[in-house]
Amino acid sequence: MQRTFLLWISLLILTAVASIAGTTLYLRASMKERLIVSTTTSLYDTGLLDAVEAEFETKHSIDLNFISAGTGIAIQHAQRGDADLVLVHSPADELKFLTDGTGVNRKIIAYNFFAIVGPETDPATIGNIEPLQALSKIVESGRNGTAKWVSRGDNSGTNAKEKILWAAAGFDWKTLSQESWYINAGSGMGETLKKADYFSAYTLADMGTYLKYNNDGLISLRVLVGQGKDLLNVYSAIAVNQTLHPSVNFDGALTFTKFLVSDEGQQIIEQYGKDAHEQSLFYPAARLLKVNTYPTIAHWIAECAFFNGTECPLEYRKGNSGLYG
Amino acid sequence: MQVALGNEIIEGFIKALQLIFSGDLTVVEISVRSILISGSATLLSVLWGLPVAIVLGLRRFPGRFLIKGFFNSMLGIPTVALGLILYLIFSRAGPLGFLRLLYSPAVMIIGQAILITPVIVSFITSAIESVDPDIKNLAKTLGASETEASIAVLKESMNGVALAVTASFNRAIAELGVVLMIGGNIAGFTSVLTTKIALETNKGDIELSIALAIILLLIVFALTISVNLIQRRKT
Repeated sequence: MQRTFLLWISLLILTAVASIAGTTLYLRASMKERLIVSTTTSLYDTGLLDAVEAEFETKHSIDLNFISAGTGIAIQHAQRGDADLVLVHSPADELKFLTDGTGVNRKIIAYNFFAIVGPETDPATIGNIEPLQALSKIVESGRNGTAKWVSRGDNSGTNAKEKILWAAAGFDWKTLSQESWYINAGSGMGETLKKADYFSAYTLADMGTYLKYNNDGLISLRVLVGQGKDLLNVYSAIAVNQTLHPSVNFDGALTFTKFLVSDEGQQIIEQYGKDAHEQSLFYPAARLLKVNTYPTIAHWIAECAFFNGTECPLEYRKGNSGLYG
Repeated sequence: MQVALGNEIIEGFIKALQLIFSGDLTVVEISVRSILISGSATLLSVLWGLPVAIVLGLRRFPGRFLIKGFFNSMLGIPTVALGLILYLIFSRAGPLGFLRLLYSPAVMIIGQAILITPVIVSFITSAIESVDPDIKNLAKTLGASETEASIAVLKESMNGVALAVTASFNRAIAELGVVLMIGGNIAGFTSVLTTKIALETNKGDIELSIALAIILLLIVFALTISVNLIQRRKT
């Protein structure tokens, strides 16, 4: 009897070890060189990065691993050394990320516009007026009890932009967030749009996510204020400094960044969503900055997302990257 | 709105059946990965949980109630809390960062195994405790050694052990917090049913989410029912 017991125990141990080893092996079998990209949700959840990955992986033997998080979390992952590259859209946070020494080789890859979206009835009558004026009117209506605002409230790039816009319009978002018409969603863009739709409220949305949700019939919100310099949304890629985190895949990060700003990469960005949504969800920024096709927008990008007149100041360029012409 | 919701669930169910029977590769891959990871986690937690439960159930020693109380209170540990703690431990800046396990299936197995260990320990301990103590005494009077008597008790509590294993596998495969925080939901690598459902819902692909949720439920039902059937046949 003791022998059966021992046999059973050793069998159990064997199965457990074999199954764990097997699982890990099976799941690791296809592993190539890994590049962990911590990305803002809007680029991943719209499906753009899947399209980019499909093309990229036919050319390079690098396995792209995307972690979809807000800009705030993406940068924190990188600071802890858990990511090799970040794709983010919050210039103020990006500058901090560069100056603290973690981020290097920043490259602007794409842009689009944020939009103030809201119910069709538009209780605050903000249709087609200036963004900052629209925000003032929303506050006014909110305090009257006729309008509501839903905020991401998750330190994402969109959330950061919202805070900047409130400040520019002369409000303190901390004070506003205490008021009853201001709803703190604490969720991603898609979830926030659904909440805004449910409450018939206004919110700030990135166009990519909005278009996808709207065209899929998940929300019935309208774009009331779009375009304009104040609403510009600039996406960039930033690699993690190898001297700070020696184990990161720095070369892989450069290869992927180069692909994103190459003619081919920029073409994928421009084409993405044209079939499904009849318009691009994102616009290629690297090509635009290089050939200066739209001087106004190039000027806006420079004004909103450049540091000391360049997308990446010299002291934050590492290695012979060949990224900067 | 309610009619629409009903339609969505029905459509999701139809889509789920289509996905299962058409052998859609991503769905199969994600389901297999979920089962492999949670299955391994269950085995791992049985491996270290069963001896603990046997000692707790059969021996009487000072501090036993403290240990039992600890496992009982850990039964309901919030998965996000455990996920966060494990993330901080396995992050490259954390104490076990040098292992470079973050965002890998291996760390997901470890995480889920830790999560369900209290289920294994508590359930099996109380199953052993509920066995009539006379059985052990009887075995001993019949000339059995201490180990043999213990095995006799363990055999009597087999139903409890089966319940513990099923319940812990179900908790593992159904949890989101741990696998999301330390697995990262990387497509084709660490994406499992629950994280994929969360992502697809965020993406707005409700149909696929419902289909995946139904597959998840089917796995749980199938396992629980087959374990029940095996037990019924035995008794």
